[in-house]
Amino acid sequence: MNPATNALPDTTPALAMIRTLGLIAALCGAIIVAAYQGTFDAVQENKRIALERAVFKVIPAATSVVEYLAYSDGRIEKVGAGGTASGGSAANEDIGGLKFYAGYDAAGHLVGIAAEGAAKGYADTVRLLFGYDPVQARISGFSVVAMRETPGIGDKVGRDAAFLANFPLDARLGADQRRLAQPIRTVKHGSKTNPWEIDAIAGATITSRAVGKAIDDAAQILLPRLVPQLDQLREQP
Amino acid sequence: MSSDKRNWEEFMEGIWRQNPVFVMVLGMCPTLAVTVSAINALSMGLATFFVLVCSCALVSLLRKQIPKEVRIATYIVIIATFVTVVDYLIQAISLKLYEALGAFIQLIVVNCIILGRAEAHASKHPPLAAMINAAGMGIGFTIGLLALGVVREILGAGTLFGVALFGAHFQPWVIMVLPPGGFFVLGAWLLLFAALERRKQRRRAEQLEVAQHG
Repeated sequence: MNPATNALPDTTPALAMIRTLGLIAALCGAIIVAAYQGTFDAVQENKRIALERAVFKVIPAATSVVEYLAYSDGRIEKVGAGGTASGGSAANEDIGGLKFYAGYDAAGHLVGIAAEGAAKGYADTVRLLFGYDPVQARISGFSVVAMRETPGIGDKVGRDAAFLANFPLDARLGADQRRLAQPIRTVKHGSKTNPWEIDAIAGATITSRAVGKAIDDAAQILLPRLVPQLDQLREQP
Repeated sequence: MSSDKRNWEEFMEGIWRQNPVFVMVLGMCPTLAVTVSAINALSMGLATFFVLVCSCALVSLLRKQIPKEVRIATYIVIIATFVTVVDYLIQAISLKLYEALGAFIQLIVVNCIILGRAEAHASKHPPLAAMINAAGMGIGFTIGLLALGVVREILGAGTLFGVALFGAHFQPWVIMVLPPGGFFVLGAWLLLFAALERRKQRRRAEQLEVAQHG
C-alpha cells in the first residue's frame, strides 16, 4: 500500500517486463512466419525432387512418378485425386492405405513400382525405398532413404558392390496370392543359395538383416494388394 | 582512425585471440558432432554465423528496452527465432544437407557461443560493434569447424568436399569420422595452438631478458 518506498530504485515494473517480452515475442513471431512463408515453395519443391530422385534410382527406366495408396480391401487409389476418389483423399492416410509409387516411362507405360520399407538397424531405424519389377515379379533394387548406421561399416549397404549384386530378388506371390511364395531373407555372409535370399555383408550383418526385413515386411503387405490390381496401373493416368 | 582500429580488434578477437573453438573451447557439441566432412562443417559454421550476427544485432538494438530481469528469456527467444529461420533456409537450399546436420541445426539455440556473445557483448555495445564482434566470432567458429572437418574428411573418407583425393585403393581411416576421431583431431589442433602460444611466450621472455641485460 506504500508504493516505491521499499522497492529497490532500479526495479523494473512488472508491466514493463511483460510488455517488452510480449513485443519481442510478437516481433519474433512475425520473423518466423515470414521465413516459413518465404521458403515454403522451395522446401516443397525440394521434397518433391528428393522423392523423384529416390524413386528414379530404384526404377531407372522411369521418367515420371505417380503416388498411389493400396488398401486392405484391394482398392488402389491415386493420391491427391481429390473429389473423384470415393471417400475423399484427405483421410487416406488415416484409414490404412499403404503408399507406393508407380514409375512410368516417357510413353506412359508402367516400368516399375517403388515403395518404402523400414526396419530396426544397428543404431536406428533403416528406412529405404525398394523397386519392384511387375513383369518379372522381382525386387529390382533398393536405395537408403535415412539411416544412422556406423560410417564405414553399416552404411556400406548402400554402396557395397557385392551386396548390391544380391538384387534382383525373387518376389513371386504364393499360390494363395496372400503372401510371398518365399519370404525375403538375409542369410549369413557367403551362404546365399536361393534368388530370394540376401547375402549379408561380413561385419555388417545387423544392417544387412535390417535391409532384408524392411523389404520383406513391406512387400508381404503391399504385393498381395498390388499384384491383382496391376492391370489398372499399366498406363499412366 | 582509432575507431577503425577498435573495430578491427573487435573483429579479430573471435578469429584469433578468443577463437571460440581453439581458445575458449566453447560449442563443443556441434564442433565434435557435425565435423565428419568439410561441407557439413562449413554449413554448420555459416548457419551459426548467421544466427550469431542476426541475434547480436537485434539484442544490441533492443538492449535499452530489455529489462535485465527478463534478458535471458528475451535472448533465447531471439536466438530461437533466427535458428528457426536458418532451419527453413537450409531445408530450402538442400534437404540432403538438412538431413546430414540433423538435430544440430535446432541445437544452435543452446550454443553457448551465441548466448555468451549476446550477454557479454551485444547487450553492452551499439549494433555496429556488436555485429562486427559477432561476425568475427562466427568466422572464427567456422574456421574451427573447417579445421576439424577437413582433416577428418581427408583421413576418414579420403575425400575433400566430396572430391576423391586418393586412388581407389585408399583404405579410409574410419575412426576419424566416428566420435573418437573428433576428439583426436580436436586434441591435435589444441596441442598445436598451445605449442605456438608457448613458443610465443618464451620468445617474449627472451626478448625482455635481452632488453634488460643489454
